[in-house]
Amino acid sequence: MTKTGYEPLVSIDAITAGLGSVGYISTREISTAIYLAYNLRKPILIEGPAGVGKTDLAASMARFLDVSLNRLQCYEGLDEGKALYEWKYGKQLLYTQLLKEKLGEVMDGAATLDAAFDKLTSFEDLFFSETFLEPRPLLTAMKQDQGSVLLIDEIDKSDEEFEAYLLEVLSDYQVTVPEIGTIRAQVPPIVILTSNNIRELGDALKRRCLHLHIDFPEAAREQAIVRARVPDVSEALLSQLVTFVQGLRDLDIRKRPSISETVDWARTLLLMHATELDEDMVRSTLNVLLKHESDIQAVDKDVRTLARAASAG
Amino acid sequence: MAEQVLTDFIRALRSADVRVSTGEAIDAAEAVKLIGYADRQRLSDTLRCVLAKSPSEKLAHDRLFDLYFSRQAIPPNSQSEAPEQAASEDAEDGPGDMLDLMESGDETAIAMAMERAGQEAGLQDIRFSTQVSYFAQQMMKSLGVDRLESEMMQAFRERTEEGQAYAEDLIEGRKAMFARAREHAKQAFETYGAGATLAFREDVLAETALTALDVRDLARMQALVEKIAKRLATKHSRRRRKKNRGQLDVRKTLRANAGFDGVPFDIAWKQTKRDRAKIVAVCDVSGSVARVVRFFLMLLYSLNEVVPDIESFAFSGRLENVGDTLETDDFVHAMDKIINDIGMSSTDYGQSLSDMRMNHWDALDRRTTLIILGDGRSNYGDPRVDLFREAAARVKRVIWLTPEGESLWGSGDSELPRYRPHCHTMKQVTTVKDLERILDEALSRYS
Repeated sequence: MTKTGYEPLVSIDAITAGLGSVGYISTREISTAIYLAYNLRKPILIEGPAGVGKTDLAASMARFLDVSLNRLQCYEGLDEGKALYEWKYGKQLLYTQLLKEKLGEVMDGAATLDAAFDKLTSFEDLFFSETFLEPRPLLTAMKQDQGSVLLIDEIDKSDEEFEAYLLEVLSDYQVTVPEIGTIRAQVPPIVILTSNNIRELGDALKRRCLHLHIDFPEAAREQAIVRARVPDVSEALLSQLVTFVQGLRDLDIRKRPSISETVDWARTLLLMHATELDEDMVRSTLNVLLKHESDIQAVDKDVRTLARAASAG
Repeated sequence: MAEQVLTDFIRALRSADVRVSTGEAIDAAEAVKLIGYADRQRLSDTLRCVLAKSPSEKLAHDRLFDLYFSRQAIPPNSQSEAPEQAASEDAEDGPGDMLDLMESGDETAIAMAMERAGQEAGLQDIRFSTQVSYFAQQMMKSLGVDRLESEMMQAFRERTEEGQAYAEDLIEGRKAMFARAREHAKQAFETYGAGATLAFREDVLAETALTALDVRDLARMQALVEKIAKRLATKHSRRRRKKNRGQLDVRKTLRANAGFDGVPFDIAWKQTKRDRAKIVAVCDVSGSVARVVRFFLMLLYSLNEVVPDIESFAFSGRLENVGDTLETDDFVHAMDKIINDIGMSSTDYGQSLSDMRMNHWDALDRRTTLIILGDGRSNYGDPRVDLFREAAARVKRVIWLTPEGESLWGSGDSELPRYRPHCHTMKQVTTVKDLERILDEALSRYS
C-alpha cells in the first residue's frame, strides 16, 4: 500500500493533540467524529452557528496531516461544471484548428466517405481525454495520491439538484465522466461538509454522513482558543473578556458574537493596551463584537452589569 | 449479545422519532466495533455522531442513551469482552430459577435475570403505558413464577406453622419480584414506548376536527403545527430559478459570444423564473370560524421560511390588518386579542370587502394566493360579489376555506354559492391535515 498522509490518525487522543499542535483546540466530540470519519470512510457533516470554527477545522486538518486542502464553496446555482470537471472547450477548438491540416493529410488516403469516417472514429478519444479535462475541486481531491482534505463549504447554500449530485462522490468516492468513464479515488479524501442551516438538508445526504454539531464553546475552551490565537493577552484580561462574551451570547440579540469575533476583540483590546476590562473600554469597542446597530443598542443597558460581573469573576 | 444491545438501542431511537436507516445501523455497528463498549462517554459520542443527525435528534439520543445504558446489565468493571462472557454464563444458568435467585439475593444475578426475562417477554415491543402490568406478568412467568407458586402451595398444604411461615415468605418474595419486574417494564416503556405513544397521539390530533379540540391539546397542537410547517418548508424551499438545460437561449448566447466572432464558446441556456410565493389571508374571526382561523394562522406564520410575504387580515364587521400583531406578540396572546377586538361585531362580508378595496387593495398582485377563511354567512347583507370578482382578477389564485360541509353551502344566509364561481378552489377544512393539504397545493403552484 502506498504511503498516505493519514497515518497520524491512530487514535482519538492523537487527533486532539495533532490539531492542538496546529492551533485548533479540539473537543472530545470533534476528535471522535474525525477518528470515525477516517476509519469508516464517511464524510462528516458539521452544523452549527456561524463562526464556531467549522471551516477552520478542515483547514487545520489539512495542516495537521500535511496534505492538500481542496475547498468547494457552495452557492445557489453551483453546478457540476464548477464543482467537478469541465471540458476545456477553448483548447479543444484551438487544437482542432491547428490539427486541421494534419487531419486533411490523414484523410487523404480515404477514398470514400465511409473510409474517412472509419479513420476519424479511430481518433475519437483524442479530444475527450484527460488532457482536455479541467479538474475542479471534487475531481482534484479524488486524484490526490497522498490523500487530501475536501471541504465542501456551506452546502446548504447550494441547490437540491447539486446535493443529489454529490451523493455519488460522497458514498463511493468516485466520479463518472461520461466520455471517459469512472474515476475512482485511490486514497479517499477526508470529506468535511459544513452547513449553517439556511435550509434543511436532504435525508439522503444526511444518511451518508456522520453528523457533528459544533456549538459556541464553553468558557474554558474559548479561553484556550483565544490564548492560542493571541498569545500576548494577559490571563486576567483573557478570563474577563471571555466571561463578558459568554454573557453577551445569553442576551436576546440578532447575531451572537462568534469565536473569531472574540479573537478580534482580544486583539483590539491588546492594541489599546488594556490590562483589565472596564465599562468605557467595552462601550468604545463593542462594534468589534456586535455587527448590528440594533444589537449594540439592545445590550447598551446590560453592558455595565456584564462588565462588572466579568471583572469580578 | 453486544449486537443485540445495539439493535435494541436503535429500536428505541426509532420509536423516539429519530430516523435511523439500515445503512446507518450498519455504520453504527462498525463504529462500535472500532470504539468498543468499555468507555461509556466515548460510546455515547460515537453513537450520537453516527445516528443522531439534528439537534433535536441529538437531544433524544442523549436522553435515551442514559436511560438505556443505565438499564443494560453491563457489569461495573466491564472490559469490551465482558458482554459475551456474561452471555455464556447466562446460558448455563438457564431461565426460570426465581427461587434460587431469591435465596441467593445476588443483586447482579437478579438484574441479569430480569433483563433476560424482559427479552423473552418481548419487552422491546411495548407501546403503551397500560401494557406495563401485562409485560411484568409475562416476565414473572419466564422467571419461573410457576415453580415458586407450586412450592408455595406445597408449603400451605403441609399445614404446619413452619410451612405457613415459609409460604408467607414466598408471597412476600413474589411481591418484591413483581415490583421489580414492573419497574423494569416501566423503564422499557420509557425507552421504547413513550416516543411511539406521542407519535400516535399526534396522528390522532391531526385527524381531529379543529372545532372539537380540547384546551389541553393546544400546546401539543402547537408542536404538531410546527412539525407540519417544517415538512412543508422542506418540500417547497427550492431555488427560484430553474435552468432549462437543453433549451438554448439564442439571444443571450449570441450576445455573450460576439467577442469571439460568433463562435459559441459560452453557451447560455434558457431559464425559467419562479415567482416568490405570497399569501394574503383574509379570515373571518367571528364565532364558529374563529377556532379554525387560529390554527390556520398558526400554520401560516410557521411557514415564514418559505413564504417571506404573508399578509393577514381579520374581519367580522370591519376588516383590519393583523399581520403586525401576529408577528410581534406571542402567538396565543395575539390571537386572543384579535378575536376579542375584531370578532365581536356581526359578520358583514360586503363591508369587509369594501374595506379591503379602500385600504389594502395593493396587497393583491399577480403573484398572490388569496386565501379566504370563512363560512360566508353575511347576515343577509350585500355580499359585494362585484368586489370579490375584481379581487379574484388581480391575484394568481383564490382559495376559499370554510368549516361548513358542502350540504350547508347556500343554506340560510350563506353566500358561498355566489362567491364560488370566482374561486379556483372552495373546500371544507376540518382538521389540521386538511390545512396542510391546502397549503401544500397552494405552494406547489409556485414551483
